[in-house]
Amino acid sequence: MSSMDRAARTVFLTELLSGLALTFRYMFRSTVTVNYPYEKGPLSPRFRGEHALRRYPNGEERCIACKLCEAICPAQAITIEAEPRADGSRRTTRYDIDMVKCIYCGLCQEACPVDAIVEGPNFEFSTETREELLYNKERLLANGDRWETEIAANLAADAPYR
Amino acid sequence: MAELWAEYLWPALLIVLKVVAICVPLLISVAYLTFAERKVIGAIHRRKGPNVVGPFGLLQPMADGLKLMLKETIIPTGANRAVFIIAPMLTFILALVAWAVIPFGDGVVLANINVGVLYLFAISSLGVYGIVMAGWASNSKYAFLGGLRSAAQMVSYEVSMGFVLITVLLCVGSLNLSDIVRAQSGPLGMLQWFVVPLLPMAVIFLVSALAETNRHPFDLPEAEAELVSGYNVEYSAMTFALFFLGEYANMILMSAITSVLFLGGWLPPLPVAPFTWVPGPVWFALKIAACLFVFLWVRATLPRYRYDQLMRLGWKVFLPVSLAAVVIVAGVVLTFGLGPGMK
Repeated sequence: MSSMDRAARTVFLTELLSGLALTFRYMFRSTVTVNYPYEKGPLSPRFRGEHALRRYPNGEERCIACKLCEAICPAQAITIEAEPRADGSRRTTRYDIDMVKCIYCGLCQEACPVDAIVEGPNFEFSTETREELLYNKERLLANGDRWETEIAANLAADAPYR
Repeated sequence: MAELWAEYLWPALLIVLKVVAICVPLLISVAYLTFAERKVIGAIHRRKGPNVVGPFGLLQPMADGLKLMLKETIIPTGANRAVFIIAPMLTFILALVAWAVIPFGDGVVLANINVGVLYLFAISSLGVYGIVMAGWASNSKYAFLGGLRSAAQMVSYEVSMGFVLITVLLCVGSLNLSDIVRAQSGPLGMLQWFVVPLLPMAVIFLVSALAETNRHPFDLPEAEAELVSGYNVEYSAMTFALFFLGEYANMILMSAITSVLFLGGWLPPLPVAPFTWVPGPVWFALKIAACLFVFLWVRATLPRYRYDQLMRLGWKVFLPVSLAAVVIVAGVVLTFGLGPGMK
């Protein structure tokens, strides 16, 4: 009997047709996708995106050129040069991140004693040339100014878990 | 001079105009078939498909076409230049040439020849040459294997397709495509279409059409996973676009042949008032669209056949079944005197 069953199923293509019926039903279901770039998925406060150098509320840059981030960076993407400023405080003269080398591990952010270098929520910074991804200090500070609200909110949201 | 104009130039101009009137809508349908494919498969996968270029993504095929036109045509140094260029042109031209005998409505046909079915069969058999030439001229092992597979596959399925055609011809008694459609007209409407009495043949024809056009689940010639893309790996830009257009034009052609043979061509589903108001070419287009939807639907549903399974299905299932069907249909036609000239 089972062989009859099998033969009937083969001849009348029942398995094929049931598969087609399934896909036909699925055609009328709602989509499950996110309509990027018009819709975006949620991001964790710990999301590690594009880097930024932050400032204090009075406009003074946070970075004290301790070079801990440069030391810990596993990809050696960070280059820092520093010398005393006119008022005697220690500041960087050069702070470069090679975003092509960077592996977005977040260790620079963890190492920073003054929360100066952070990885912000921005992940849409693709460029047309490789050179544009070699960030310098101005670029990083500009990022910090641009994303400060979001970065501060994310740091505050994550603070209880640290 | 006036004689030359009246006797020769004017009819030639008329034919050219008719050809343009067929080819331009056809190429636009090909463009939108690619769009429909992405939308239908997207819907079945529960995603959106192209929706950014123009309203609902409707300008996407134009953008794709423009991109292909602006890109560089690369000819590999090891390739046979002449054959390499001719192959896509051949595929594309053959896909268009076959439309000459397709009747769009009662009397609306470019060439109403008496051997229409034979012509279609000859043209669709020639289609394999473009692919074999492309596979050979590319001088690449992937393209070569893709071309070989495609040749074997198309040849195999044409045999059973031929027998399916014979069963239809036995019921009609004519190789003229318009006569085939007229033989399906009658007071019962869609119940008199050949899809009802010859349902198994219609199924075999549709499946063979999938294999003939190298579509899923028989798209072995361009099995991406093993042949990177098959016979067209070495092609880029416009030469690739011609293969692509040819493949999709062939899909539309196969759908049109299925409509003519089994779905009553331009005939309305019922020969009564609201249906007969709609002109024949519209019904024909709707039937083609329905067949094309099946092509896309099948692609979204079924996994690819293995090569030996494909050959087994063609030679050990379809060939005997369609051969038996020819005998049975011929016997029924003869016994009950249903054939042409027997009534």
